[in-house]
Amino acid sequence: MKKILPLLAAAVLLAAPAFASEGVELDHKKWQHQGVFGTYDKAAVQRGYQVYKEVCSACHAMKFMAYRNLADLGYSEAQVKAMAAEFNVTDINDDGEAYDRPARPSDHFKSPFANDRAARAANGGALPPDLSLVVKARAGGEDYVYSLLTGYVDKPANFELLAGLNYNKYFPGHQIAMAKPLSEGQVTYGDGTTSSVEQMAKDVTQFLAWAGEPHMEQRKGMGIKVMLFMFAFCGIMMASKKKIWAKVH
Amino acid sequence: MAHPPKNAEKFANPVVQWIDERLPIFTMLIKEYGVFPMPKNCNYLWSFGGIAMTMLGIMIATGILLAMSYTPHNTLAFESVERTMRDINFGWLLRYVHMNGASFFFIAVYIHMARGLYYGSYKKPRELLWIVGVIILLLMMATAFMGYALPWSQMSGWGVTVITNMFSAIPLVGDGLVTWLWGGFAVDNPTLNRFFALHFLLPFVIAGVVFIHVWALHMTGSNNPTGVEPKSSKDTVPFAPYFSTKDSFAMVVYLTIFFAVVFFAPLALTEVDHFRQFDPMQTPPHIVPEWYFLPFYAILRAITFDISIPFTGILIAPAKLLGVMAMFGSIILLMFLPWIDGNAVKSARYRPTYKMMLLFLLVSFFGLMYSGAKPPEGMPLYIGQAGTVYYFGHFIILFFLSRREKTLPVPNSISEDPCVKK
Repeated sequence: MKKILPLLAAAVLLAAPAFASEGVELDHKKWQHQGVFGTYDKAAVQRGYQVYKEVCSACHAMKFMAYRNLADLGYSEAQVKAMAAEFNVTDINDDGEAYDRPARPSDHFKSPFANDRAARAANGGALPPDLSLVVKARAGGEDYVYSLLTGYVDKPANFELLAGLNYNKYFPGHQIAMAKPLSEGQVTYGDGTTSSVEQMAKDVTQFLAWAGEPHMEQRKGMGIKVMLFMFAFCGIMMASKKKIWAKVH
Repeated sequence: MAHPPKNAEKFANPVVQWIDERLPIFTMLIKEYGVFPMPKNCNYLWSFGGIAMTMLGIMIATGILLAMSYTPHNTLAFESVERTMRDINFGWLLRYVHMNGASFFFIAVYIHMARGLYYGSYKKPRELLWIVGVIILLLMMATAFMGYALPWSQMSGWGVTVITNMFSAIPLVGDGLVTWLWGGFAVDNPTLNRFFALHFLLPFVIAGVVFIHVWALHMTGSNNPTGVEPKSSKDTVPFAPYFSTKDSFAMVVYLTIFFAVVFFAPLALTEVDHFRQFDPMQTPPHIVPEWYFLPFYAILRAITFDISIPFTGILIAPAKLLGVMAMFGSIILLMFLPWIDGNAVKSARYRPTYKMMLLFLLVSFFGLMYSGAKPPEGMPLYIGQAGTVYYFGHFIILFFLSRREKTLPVPNSISEDPCVKK
């Protein structure tokens, strides 16, 4: 058995690349929220929400997000209420008639289009994906989203680009329906951060990462406690096992 | 009517005594989990049966709680799972435990089976025990597959499409069978509904079959690393406190690793397409099943040739049918292992040739796993085909070789095994 273990380990290592993602080498960035102790950069996520609200939300819905979720970013109840009220949503009144009212914190993010067909019709046939889970739903996660947003470069001379599509270094197939979304100084950050394309891409990526996994900090915090408990539990179990088996060995 | 003789007062506690005289739960527990003799040399690989049972319990508990906030409808399933993750208290924890629990259930069961293969635990008198175990594996696979469908993601929907389509390879009835399985002419809401119903039912069936598995185990007792049956009380120790503590320790270590994944890398074993809602109009570029199905998926795709009568062009079996047969055959074959292996020596410790063969089997298992994760072309396909050839070859070679295999001397009893400390 002992002789087989190293070979088993080697076999596992050989099989491991099977699970690695393929494709173009992404522009890897260091994300503060990754790793065992990583937490979200709240300021960046707040800026990212601004980028989403002012740029992305023109085409991309985030149907799993509600305005109340913004409270997790450190906004007060009154602030969240005001942030929700910036949007008008359609509701049904007691007479059964549709009417517009300011959104409440319990409302989900307002979608830019009534339905997928309307979204396609407005975007040359392409459907802008919902962004609630985009970081989890793309190979490469944060790095992919960041790379994609900053990957609009001049197309190689011999590249045949279809009409209505744009060249992107990182998009599979390099032809993407979305036009370059971010340009220098597009948003004016409240905290005075310079809104370079890289900065906005970084911020919105962190916002989207948070949106996809809003309970990450709770999860890791609980995980650390669980691990400490389990390590102690392992120690106690090992000690009792050793003590009991001492008579046998 | 003769009344059974009244038990002598066995228990100091009168309530326990009263219950036990009417329903001997306590007598049974003492017999099966108290004084039950365990070979004293069983190593930690023997803990994985109990670990697998714990995982089954965790899966059932989290599964029932998840079902309370799940909606089995094709337009709502994906959203309801997301709402569970976001809006249910600790819903994210339930789902991550359940998702990763499936993987850790399979890891435990694969190690449990590998231990059985290595130490010959499938041999007389444990043939039925082994066969019941293979049935549990099949039920687990069916359950895991249907559970994978429930979030109704791209991977769910397309995984279901690929796997259910396999049945269309069956001659004559294939296409009708697939329509019947789907409950319609495509993977749609009726498919999801029935998968949910069955995914809820099957774990309880598994629990029942596990009971039979443990029952059969307690008839024969556990095998041990020497493969020599215990001969006297010198060879065994009572289950409690020896193996209750040893197994609990192993279980706690296993759960520690499990929780490390759940809390710090919950998506490590998942495909990104599991976070996109199923779109029947858009095939993902690369459909892969969960890692624990990859070796069998690779066997399915390894068969790329048809069988026909030479020079006539009459097709006997198309590649697809052969692939499906090979895939199911690879598991069904295990049921016959007690008779394929004709050597009386159980433990691979005393069977150097068999030990080498098992190593190759292990390498081919991981080779197949690698192949199953890649598109079926070029090198990965060849690796899958080589793995398939060895997988089946292993059992054919074993059939002939085991009957004339040279084995090393086996100790007379567990206590006389030089590896066992006095």
